Amino acid sequence: MQARAGFVSSPHAARVNSVDWVMRQVCLALVPGTLALVWFFGWGVLINMALAVVFAVVAEALVLKLRGRPALPAIADYSAVVTALLFALTIPPTLPWWLTLLGILFAIVIVKQLYGGIGYNPFNPAMAGYVFLLISYPVATTTWLPPDVPALLAAQDLTTLSLLDSARLIFTGALPAEHTWDAVSAATPLDEMRAKLDQGMAIDEIRASSPLWGLFGGRGWEWVAFWFLLGGLYMLWRKVITWQIPAAFLAGLVVAAGAFWLLDPQSYPTPMFHLLSGAAILGAFFIATDPVSACTTKRGQLVYGFLIGVLVFVIRTWGGYPDAVAFSVLLLNIAAPMIDHYTQPRVFGQKHGA
Amino acid sequence: MLFSVLNPHRERLWHFHGGIHLPDEKALSNAGASVAAPLPTQLVVALQQHIGAPSAPCVSVGDRVKKGQVLANPRGYVSAPVHAPSSGTVVALEPRQVPHPSGLAAPCVVIATDGADAWGELPAPLPDFEQHDPAELRERIRQSGIVGMGGASFPSSVKLNPGPDQPIHTLVINGAECEPYITCDDLLMRERAADIVDGIRVMLHILGTQRCLVGIEDNKPEALAAMRRAAQRANAQDAVAGRIKVREIPTLYPSGGEKQLIKILTGKEVPSHGIPAQIGIVCQNVGTACAVADAVLRGRPLIERYVTVTGRAVGKPQNYRVRIGTPAADLVAASGGYTVEPEKLVIGGPMMGFRIDSDAVPITKAANCILALTKAESPDPGAPQPCIRCGRCAEVCPANLLPQQLYWHARAKDLDKVQDYNLFDCIECGCCAVVCPSHIPLVQYYRYAKTESWAREREKRAAEHARERHAAKEARLERQERERKARMRKKQEAVAPKGGRDDAKQAAIEAARERAAAKKRVAQAGAAPGAAAQDTPQQAVPERPAAQRRVATANAGAPKVSATDGKPPAATPQHTPEPPVERERPGTAAGHG
Repeated sequence: MQARAGFVSSPHAARVNSVDWVMRQVCLALVPGTLALVWFFGWGVLINMALAVVFAVVAEALVLKLRGRPALPAIADYSAVVTALLFALTIPPTLPWWLTLLGILFAIVIVKQLYGGIGYNPFNPAMAGYVFLLISYPVATTTWLPPDVPALLAAQDLTTLSLLDSARLIFTGALPAEHTWDAVSAATPLDEMRAKLDQGMAIDEIRASSPLWGLFGGRGWEWVAFWFLLGGLYMLWRKVITWQIPAAFLAGLVVAAGAFWLLDPQSYPTPMFHLLSGAAILGAFFIATDPVSACTTKRGQLVYGFLIGVLVFVIRTWGGYPDAVAFSVLLLNIAAPMIDHYTQPRVFGQKHGA
Repeated sequence: MLFSVLNPHRERLWHFHGGIHLPDEKALSNAGASVAAPLPTQLVVALQQHIGAPSAPCVSVGDRVKKGQVLANPRGYVSAPVHAPSSGTVVALEPRQVPHPSGLAAPCVVIATDGADAWGELPAPLPDFEQHDPAELRERIRQSGIVGMGGASFPSSVKLNPGPDQPIHTLVINGAECEPYITCDDLLMRERAADIVDGIRVMLHILGTQRCLVGIEDNKPEALAAMRRAAQRANAQDAVAGRIKVREIPTLYPSGGEKQLIKILTGKEVPSHGIPAQIGIVCQNVGTACAVADAVLRGRPLIERYVTVTGRAVGKPQNYRVRIGTPAADLVAASGGYTVEPEKLVIGGPMMGFRIDSDAVPITKAANCILALTKAESPDPGAPQPCIRCGRCAEVCPANLLPQQLYWHARAKDLDKVQDYNLFDCIECGCCAVVCPSHIPLVQYYRYAKTESWAREREKRAAEHARERHAAKEARLERQERERKARMRKKQEAVAPKGGRDDAKQAAIEAARERAAAKKRVAQAGAAPGAAAQDTPQQAVPERPAAQRRVATANAGAPKVSATDGKPPAATPQHTPEPPVERERPGTAAGHG
């Protein structure tokens, strides 16, 4: 018997993993959190996601064509889709379509493809795109809707947007005739907490002053965080991610927030508030775990995650922006190669500390 | 801790980092007993079936050979003889295709078998091996051509001779057989457990060790039971009780790697770049133990081994007892041939085996498995995609390396960096490549980087050697010059009378005159045709290569050279009292040039 010629190195066994499988698992894990977001914040979330995915895939294909690379395998790996979904989950459901386009173009064209495409981008594309918008268009990117909790809406005389209203708002920027921005938008719990703390109010006062607050964080928001946590646990179970980064991230946040809360519980919110507000859970499981821009050594991942968690608390508490996951992740992206260098594992048969 | 105090017989095991669970596919081939492979009409016995120097053939074409007769003798310490696997006639001594990753042909002895399968003269069996000197037994093992049967094929007698400065406390026997598909060790342990244990006892005696741990993966319950029974029986008869312990280890690839198995059974790590003997351990495969028993207790050389023929592309996968030199194609034919065109034909397992282009290769001492994989079993992983730095490779690496960093640096051909990341601790087990979501052929990159590093190392050594030689030559010339000057000074002092300065001056003038005269004479002699080249340095010059000429003229040009010895320089070829250094220079310089 004569087999085909040509050298093929071992192993000859079937590969058990693939990039597109990993990315599809991430998409799947986003489903519960996404549904919760849609439940509380309306159709705008879904419209944004659809827009972002289309923009991202088209942008990726165009750049690959410009670079003279085959577009199909790169698009079929779903990485652009994941970037688009994560980006869409962090922007408010009222963001005009052209801002979504700008953010996605920055993420895919500049942050991802100009550095060489998947695997070569030093920064998390979704977070870079979000931060680009946040700095350039701070008002539009921080105007959030109130969660669809009847008691809350009634108390503040707020209203929700229908599918048609959402679409019109996103595509034309026009609110329904009978509504004003004040009637449809609301501060996020992190915003509210910051503003009131800056006014010198104590935490107990703040929590008593508004129906915005739930058990730990903001009403609605804490449930969104819970469902994203479920998705994150699914990824852990399927070994799409490992525990180091999420655990260290959350530990860093809890340790930093906990220390200050213990010192002065009336000036610093509880660690649970920090965990269940903003993008902490989404960030810990879905954003900081982006393998391309994170640390790769196990010990490095612990350092990386922990420092992100601490930075999130620092920026939330003393920085200029209400949430900080995107900034913290990008800052640690820069540090990842150095952390990797100093946290190499002990090789089999080498002495400890060698 | 408390548990081990309460239950001292508990089998403590350790873990190694990483590893992967693979479908073991052993059931394909381990259902039935092993079968004696039919004796082929031609046996192709490769001269190099071991690590080390190829052996030197001691038969010629036309010779009649008996079964077990030596065909080739070892050349050097790390080498092994090869024996005739059956009786017949040597019909060729030529390069033939052998199972090697390179696919190149290598020298083989080809025997046309006569069917009689008649044994030649064998060394005496040594059933009382414990009365014999370990050195004698090692020599028996060496003369029986025994090499590591687990695949590495390192001469066993060398491994069993760690030297007095490396006392051995444990013999580890490798029955893990962690590669998927392969079941030859499984069948060997089921069918020849007693012989394996006998081999272990011989090796324990050779090593002067009283402890043996046999590691067998828990997916081989029959082999485990057989080995436990055999060990129990031997332990009951032994003077030292309970020397041989059979340990059931969890199935996890690559727990059959030598370093990994030692870690699992003893908790000790073989030092990076080191060998097990450094931590007092010798590791041998079960097949090797069996071969040792055959050699010592029966006087039989290694001419047969267990081979698994498996994969879904063959009709009836099973195990064979095969004469070394049997064509792989014969075994495939005995297994019902190919049911489909195999996608890949592999010698060894799917993780570490190498692909062969044709089944027209003979079985060697190291060939444990012929694996014919279908397209479904070995699908084309497709074009590699960019690394997404997910780190799955590092999670599964049994050497705890960072395969991803190794890949980046190997790809960049940064051989220094790739060694900083401990490339040479890689055992090429293939775990990283199997789990890589981007389907990058990682092991191929590491093999490339290793080969390149070796080549660079060789070049560096050669350059280093040349530099050293040059420096040595320079130093020697300098020393000779110094010595000459010293001698001259001494002579001048001797010549100078003890009296006043005028006398000294006078003497110097006299000497100078003499030198001038001598020079003249020499010049005349040199001008005469037929004068020997070696006459004086000056005359020798034109005959020498340029480099030496430079040195020679430099010396010759120095004043007082020709008067070195204080003797009148000779005019005749027969009489050339030149400094010996001058005489020897052409030869030595040419030798080093």
